[in-house]
Amino acid sequence: MTYRVVHYINQFYAGMGGEDTAHVPPSSRDGIVGPGLQLQNLLQGEAEVIGTVICGDSYYGENMEKAQAECIEMIKAFKPDMLIAGPGFNAGRYGVACGDICAAAGEMLGIPTVTALYGENPGVEMYHKKTYIVETSDSARGMRDALSRMVTLALKLLKKEKLGTARFEGYIHRGIRKSFFHEKSGAERGVDMLLKKIRGEAFETELEMPVFKKIDPAAPIADLSKVTIALCTSGGIVPFGNPDHIRVSSAEKFGKYNISELKDLTSENYESIHGGYDRVYANDNPDVVLPLDIMREMEKEGVFAKLHDFVYCTTGTGTAVANAEGFGQAIGKELKEAGVDAVILTST
Amino acid sequence: MVREIEKEAGIPVVQIATIVPIMLTVGANRIVPGVAIPHPVGDPESGPEGDRKKRRELLQRAFKAMSTEIKEQTIFKD
Repeated sequence: MTYRVVHYINQFYAGMGGEDTAHVPPSSRDGIVGPGLQLQNLLQGEAEVIGTVICGDSYYGENMEKAQAECIEMIKAFKPDMLIAGPGFNAGRYGVACGDICAAAGEMLGIPTVTALYGENPGVEMYHKKTYIVETSDSARGMRDALSRMVTLALKLLKKEKLGTARFEGYIHRGIRKSFFHEKSGAERGVDMLLKKIRGEAFETELEMPVFKKIDPAAPIADLSKVTIALCTSGGIVPFGNPDHIRVSSAEKFGKYNISELKDLTSENYESIHGGYDRVYANDNPDVVLPLDIMREMEKEGVFAKLHDFVYCTTGTGTAVANAEGFGQAIGKELKEAGVDAVILTST
Repeated sequence: MVREIEKEAGIPVVQIATIVPIMLTVGANRIVPGVAIPHPVGDPESGPEGDRKKRRELLQRAFKAMSTEIKEQTIFKD
């Protein structure tokens, strides 16, 4: 029997365009589209991609419940045995959409689902317990490898074959523990690991500690009329010409810009260099991402005492988590030294 | 970035963006849902006045967020 597979992709991989078309609502096509061709070849007749469901990344991100419901109806109409989504690599909105639609299809349609994302994609943290996420490289350069590993896992799931550990099968663990008899007792394995650790050898833990990066909320502002507020953004807003050459994606630095003389951001003094959203609105009026104009007005009205003289800006698309954390630490330190009392940070 | 600024400086950081689950994942404590991904703090499609009005409304909400005592991650919807 040939299994029926539905493939979920975004507007970009469907060839409909880039950020300019990221608002397209879901649509459904028979057969393969874009990377579906390679998927189909790898399935080698054991399964067939009978349909493709496409949705714009911004549409999905901004209307998650609606987009999910619409896509589920389209997927359901194909009567599939499985849903494959992506790969989404390190694309934030696409990764979240892939994870969300897989989680929903698994729950509502009762079919196995597979997607593939880079480990730092926010979709991983959100959905790894609800679907099989094959770990990929951070960009489409890893397409061939990602598809091939997705297919291997997908066929095993379709044939209901017994799976090994997440690490062995190449997907991100789902937090599921299975009991089995090991030839060595826990005490022996523990001592083995300890000895390896002492010798500086590689060892694999059997109990990974979860990483909860949450912090206690800072104390609130007591009297708004006395505070200095700073603006920050990861929306790629920079002085026109991008003097610091901040990258359009995968940023490795942030910029600090003096806005003490500015009352309004315009298409002439500032621009967006962000590579992960449609920049038409932000280039026309950068205030829609970095709200300088109204902040100045409210400063004048005395709502708060002062807008900090500097804004901090970077690009938050494909940016390594470690880099983003480093930016935050550096910015936090400077703001503290400057006596800033609160921050408004906008992201796209 | 949001979380580390708050941690390092010890001051409230309000994040305004559109995809709330991502803000929760990255550890933002005070969250104000924005308008749309390409224009989180504006509504250019409703004309210059509508755009500015929306921006003011969101900033007022951000001020409310930074002035509110919270114990955990909180979404300020109005």
